[in-house]
Amino acid sequence: MSFSGPLRRSLLPRSYRSIAARYPCPKRRCLSSAVNAAAEVPREPEGTKEVPMTVGDGGAGTSRPVKQRAGSDRLVFPGAVNSKFTNRLHFRKSDPEKAIDTYRVMDTEGKIFDETHGLDFDSMKEQTLKMYSSMVTVSIMDQIMFDSQRQGRISFYIVNAGEEGIAVGSAAALGEQDVIYAQYREAGVLMYRGYGLDEFMNQCFANRKDHGKGRNMPIHYTSKRLNFHPISSTLATQLPHASGAGYALKLEGKEACAVTYFGEGAASEGDFHAALNIAATRGCPTLFICRNNGYAISTPTLDQYKGDGIASRGVGYGIDTIRVDGNDAWAVYKVTKEAREIAISQQKPVLIEAMSYRVSHHSTSDDSFAYRARVEVEDWKRRDNPITRLRKFMELRNWWDQDQDSQLRTQLRKDILKAFNAAEREKKPAISKLWEDIYDTPSKDQREQMADLKDVMHRYPDEYDVGMYEAGENGVVSRR
Amino acid sequence: MRRRAIAPLFRLARNGQPSGAARRYSTHPPNAKLNLPVQYNKSAYLSHTAQTTLANPELPAEIRDAGNTTRQNLYQSVNSALQTALSTDDRAILFGEDVAFGGVFRCSTNLLDKFGPNRVFNTPLNELGIIGFGIGYASHDSANTAIAEIQFGDYVFPAFDQIVNEAAKYRYRGASEFNCGGLTIRMPVMGVGHGALYHSQSPEGFFSHVPGLKVVVPRGPVQAKGLLLQSIRDRNPVIFMEPKILYRAAVEEVPVDEYTLPLGKAEVLATGSDITIISYGTPLYTVEMAAKAAKETMGVSVEVIDLRTVYPWDKETVFASVNKTGRCMIVHEAPKGGGIGGEIAASVQEGCFLRLEAPVGRVTGWDVHMGLVFEQFNVPDVVRVLDMIRKTMEY
Repeated sequence: MSFSGPLRRSLLPRSYRSIAARYPCPKRRCLSSAVNAAAEVPREPEGTKEVPMTVGDGGAGTSRPVKQRAGSDRLVFPGAVNSKFTNRLHFRKSDPEKAIDTYRVMDTEGKIFDETHGLDFDSMKEQTLKMYSSMVTVSIMDQIMFDSQRQGRISFYIVNAGEEGIAVGSAAALGEQDVIYAQYREAGVLMYRGYGLDEFMNQCFANRKDHGKGRNMPIHYTSKRLNFHPISSTLATQLPHASGAGYALKLEGKEACAVTYFGEGAASEGDFHAALNIAATRGCPTLFICRNNGYAISTPTLDQYKGDGIASRGVGYGIDTIRVDGNDAWAVYKVTKEAREIAISQQKPVLIEAMSYRVSHHSTSDDSFAYRARVEVEDWKRRDNPITRLRKFMELRNWWDQDQDSQLRTQLRKDILKAFNAAEREKKPAISKLWEDIYDTPSKDQREQMADLKDVMHRYPDEYDVGMYEAGENGVVSRR
Repeated sequence: MRRRAIAPLFRLARNGQPSGAARRYSTHPPNAKLNLPVQYNKSAYLSHTAQTTLANPELPAEIRDAGNTTRQNLYQSVNSALQTALSTDDRAILFGEDVAFGGVFRCSTNLLDKFGPNRVFNTPLNELGIIGFGIGYASHDSANTAIAEIQFGDYVFPAFDQIVNEAAKYRYRGASEFNCGGLTIRMPVMGVGHGALYHSQSPEGFFSHVPGLKVVVPRGPVQAKGLLLQSIRDRNPVIFMEPKILYRAAVEEVPVDEYTLPLGKAEVLATGSDITIISYGTPLYTVEMAAKAAKETMGVSVEVIDLRTVYPWDKETVFASVNKTGRCMIVHEAPKGGGIGGEIAASVQEGCFLRLEAPVGRVTGWDVHMGLVFEQFNVPDVVRVLDMIRKTMEY
């Protein structure tokens, strides 16, 4: 794959289509006459000629002069190219009465609102079943894995309860070539894309078959096959990655976008600001999907931000933005599909804020009843749940009934436990994996350190538990 | 987070000409014999003729045979390396603050015109965004090459998380299914005479504690061109630190065609038998003057090593030298505590214990910040290096 061919013109903003042959360097930007002292830098003649201010795109050389005409009724300035003058002094306020609205396709009983929302449901039975099954699989897997952590069989787990609709609804709207950069509560994305139960389990048990070679905490999934980048614990760091990956897709002229998921807490990180801003200025086909579930561990959104959620920020970056009901898998699906269309056809980012409620504890290391009332959680669970909503939608169409549901759940439970037991029995990766993949080839120091460990282990054989690792002590290479 | 007064940083040399001329802002005491301005145009560590350049055995044979060199200062040679990188790899992009018009140090001059705005572009003023974006571009496809510029090493810290937790660990955590090895981060570093707290820092120590990263510091134009091109092509994230005072001051005959120099290898710049001095970047020229004075005043024969790759560094070359001389010193501008010097000193006493005749000396910046008018007292100078040679020899 190479960029040598011309970029797909249709995908490029107009400013890119005619790269000015000259790139004016207005004197106001030349930092010092000394800059131009070197022989190969032509010096601009000294003069008093007024250089017009310019509005550019990343210094692309396509800047167009901006001229403030005398007597104009508006400010024409590079920093704000079309701002009307006013003599009324008035500060803009965030108005809680005017919150950005929340898009819905079906109500809590699974009934589609009058408009069809451009979705031809009759032809989507297969896909609906796949979505439903993915969501149920995640929820059953979550229960089993949560309990197994409580029994000490895995070290850690994070469940997705209440947010399966966001992950699966959006995944269903994406293409296989779309690249995912997730936070950690998006198992449904992998489930829908076809990550195997064995792959989930191998990762959580960190066994020799784990794609991540047993290096990461549970639920830090990765899959090259599914274009799903390795999850890291650091919050929001993946956001600018998705901007950069979107830019790569743009240069490749691919009919694909980058997608990143993050919580409303992570959106307080500087990375959120950095990522959205650079995605906007570079015109990156990137979808920013925020799961606003009301809590960042124990911190309620009241302590997280004062504005109108995350969506209100998008517009400030010049990004098309929408808020959606995260418990409505169809609304999430529809919004993601449209957003993807915008991102790819117009080569620009889109921000989606999906509203939901974190029904579960934050993780296995958290008891959420220390900071919120049990009744609040129970109330949410009873009132609205993305899985129940989609099931009701299917039942209304006679696609689904109680028997089918019991059968599906029984079968899934069996399959998951089978994968669970197989993964638990597998050996851990060879100890040499501790050193591999830090560089493309291990450094000399690393090789020496590995030999040092092997030597120590050999002399104190009773002090190290190597039986569970592939090749045991021989899994450490002694090559100096 | 800041505004940078950059213009004064260019007053490095008389008339801004790339030459070894005196630094005007810093007068030396009238009776000084040691702390004199560096004469870059006379330094033996820079190559002033095509002949000496082409005698470099690290250069590929075809470069040496072709015999084409041109006089370039360090920023021009960086520019040349970037141009080569962009023209030989059509998946390479170059970006950062103000790179489009040529960069505040002129390193990306004319590259926008040659390669277009999709491949050479400005970013918003946000370091973590620049590096995060670069990681994303590089991790998307292992054939992608992202060359990111941080305007000054002093401003790399907002991106520290992205570099340490993401760039360095990407391959490990993705178990080689994913990596961001195509990322190179360039930044100007070290003192410039009047850079004060935020235009003078040497942050290499921070990054030389992070497995997965490589840290490279060239001493001049020939090195910069070859090492930068190799850093860009190396499939690991590399932090490439350009000593900013050398941008104009260090001038060499540089091979016109493309070539690379090896990462992870130190270079012996002067052979000697009594003491080994290890340094990198700007202070090498101070070391050169001190070594000359040591020869003249004490008859001491100094072996000088340019580390070049600061992390992971070339222990073999250093140990071989110290096992021969029996004495060792490290010179760097960064503060002493937790600096590279400590790591080298500890390693040397592990690797050369039975041969060491004296403690390993360290001449470094003090454990202070670079106060504007105090720079001459903070940066290692000829006197301090010479004095440490004396102490080590007399131990």
